[in-house]
Amino acid sequence: MIASMMLAAINWHSVLFLVFAGLACAFAVAVVVADNIVRMAFYLVLSLGSTAGLFFLAGAEFIGSMQLMIYVGGTLVLLVFGVMLTAQAPFISIKTSTNDRVLAGVVGAALLVVLLQAAFSVEAWRRPGVGEVANPSATPLGMALLGVRVDDPPAGTSPSLVRSGYLLPFEIVSVHLLVVLVGAAYLARAKRRRIPRGIETADVAASGGPR
Amino acid sequence: MADFLINTVGLPEWLAWVITAGVAAALILNVIAGGALVFIWAERKIAARIQDRLGPTRTGGRFGWLQSLADGIKLLGKEDLMPEGADGMLFQLAPYVSFCASFCAFIALPFAFDFVGQRLNVGVFFVVAVLGLEVFGVILAGYASASKWSLFGAMREAAQVVSYEVPLGMCVVVPVMLAGSMDLVTIAEKQAGWVTNWYLFHDPFTFVIFWVYVTCAVASVNRAPFDLAEAESELVAGFHTEYSGMRWSFFFMAEYGSMFLVSALAALLFMGGWNGPIPVAELLGLSAGTGDTANYFVRLIGCFNLMGKATLGVLVMMWVRWTLPRLRIDQVMTTCLKYCTPIAAAMFAGAMFWQLALPGGVMRGMSRPAGEIREGWLEGPGGRAAARGTAVPAAAVPPKKLMQVQP
Repeated sequence: MIASMMLAAINWHSVLFLVFAGLACAFAVAVVVADNIVRMAFYLVLSLGSTAGLFFLAGAEFIGSMQLMIYVGGTLVLLVFGVMLTAQAPFISIKTSTNDRVLAGVVGAALLVVLLQAAFSVEAWRRPGVGEVANPSATPLGMALLGVRVDDPPAGTSPSLVRSGYLLPFEIVSVHLLVVLVGAAYLARAKRRRIPRGIETADVAASGGPR
Repeated sequence: MADFLINTVGLPEWLAWVITAGVAAALILNVIAGGALVFIWAERKIAARIQDRLGPTRTGGRFGWLQSLADGIKLLGKEDLMPEGADGMLFQLAPYVSFCASFCAFIALPFAFDFVGQRLNVGVFFVVAVLGLEVFGVILAGYASASKWSLFGAMREAAQVVSYEVPLGMCVVVPVMLAGSMDLVTIAEKQAGWVTNWYLFHDPFTFVIFWVYVTCAVASVNRAPFDLAEAESELVAGFHTEYSGMRWSFFFMAEYGSMFLVSALAALLFMGGWNGPIPVAELLGLSAGTGDTANYFVRLIGCFNLMGKATLGVLVMMWVRWTLPRLRIDQVMTTCLKYCTPIAAAMFAGAMFWQLALPGGVMRGMSRPAGEIREGWLEGPGGRAAARGTAVPAAAVPPKKLMQVQP
């Protein structure tokens, strides 16, 4: 009886929050401690996945999915490049030098102090509530990115009072990304050497086929 | 169900939620595992028939229908081997990573209106994002095996899946744009009614982009003709060369699970979801308001519809596999970058302008109310209901932006 009352008194939302937060922190530490690049990437994926779990727990499904797609999916590409660029021998281990460890420790400690200060300066933390966001939807967000705010003003407000959306930042970001893509394509373009055709094929054959 | 357990049975809240989640998880697990059993048998039979053979005939009496069960028992009894030079932890975990990704995507997949593990308002996005993680297990397996065949297979798979996510995302965006929502339930609900309401027949552009989606889906789940990761003529067995026994079968369950998943996604996005070609339930007068039993019956029909369509998709994939030869890696990349991506982009633009000019689609007027589509768009900042319930072309924008971030 007492046990069941105790179980009922627990805020399971907080418990799950602690579980996910603990997993995220633990795997983040594991990334630092591990010495194999693929294991590092694996722990990083688990850590970022736990963070996505935190977002889902908070009801922010869109951000959670974005976290999965961009960060976890991005780590995938990171992993491939990590393997391609470092794999001189199977399972190469990367030792961090003591200097680097000290430097990273100082930077990390400084960041921790700032974050702790910020965390303790909050007067009262609200406890996470279940279903606090009533019917969350990504549609207002999408409309706002197109410059139309559907979430805030009630119907019938005069157009001058309607707040503007995020069309300009959205356009700037998309143009920026386009420039980055074009730049990446330019950098990755094969440098063509001007050599006679016969020599080129012989060269390619000698180096083990085209890459 | 949780409400029922709390209010009627009187269980404490936490236990009710745990049981609810457990039941949903068990059901999804059974869809994957049971599906794999059936599909492996079907694949053997279809492959055999296409190659003018008989396939399994004896196990379990006629048609060899117990063949996959026998295979399963054989796999259980196999020794669990691990290469000496392998990275033990990653080698052992990799199959489960693949399987977990496949399983997680099923959580947000609706089988009928409220037969869904967890209804997410960004369901499409979630499913596509999680599906992309399956490749992670494959890469880990390839790397941890300490075998050159495996590593080659894994690298091929990584290049292929990352490339094909781009056109796949563009294809997925089109139904999202037409429905004005990323919620899979809403998207399928919008296609209710006769077969002409399916987004497949919405306009010529969606019809073309469906086939682009099929191509990309086959490529993204690594089925022939895109199974470069396990090209047995060159790479022995690719990324699972070193695996045996249960771990190997987990890769296969993940593969068949993903096949079912992308087929179900195709059904939900383009082929009306759980709405059959003929609205049987509506014609019989079984609408949502006619009581609980009827309601449940309608859901069950819907569930059968969706499963049928998804199974059809898987069978088509098998047909394709045993008909077409495997592509070379450069041909795979050419297909993605030179054909699928530009076609998908052009069709996306086309569907957008079509929606602007003729919002009702080709077969407008067949039970789709006129003017419904552009409501939120015309009113602009006109209250929540207009934006949430109706089709708003604008909602397609966030995923497009994300697709640009991804590569």
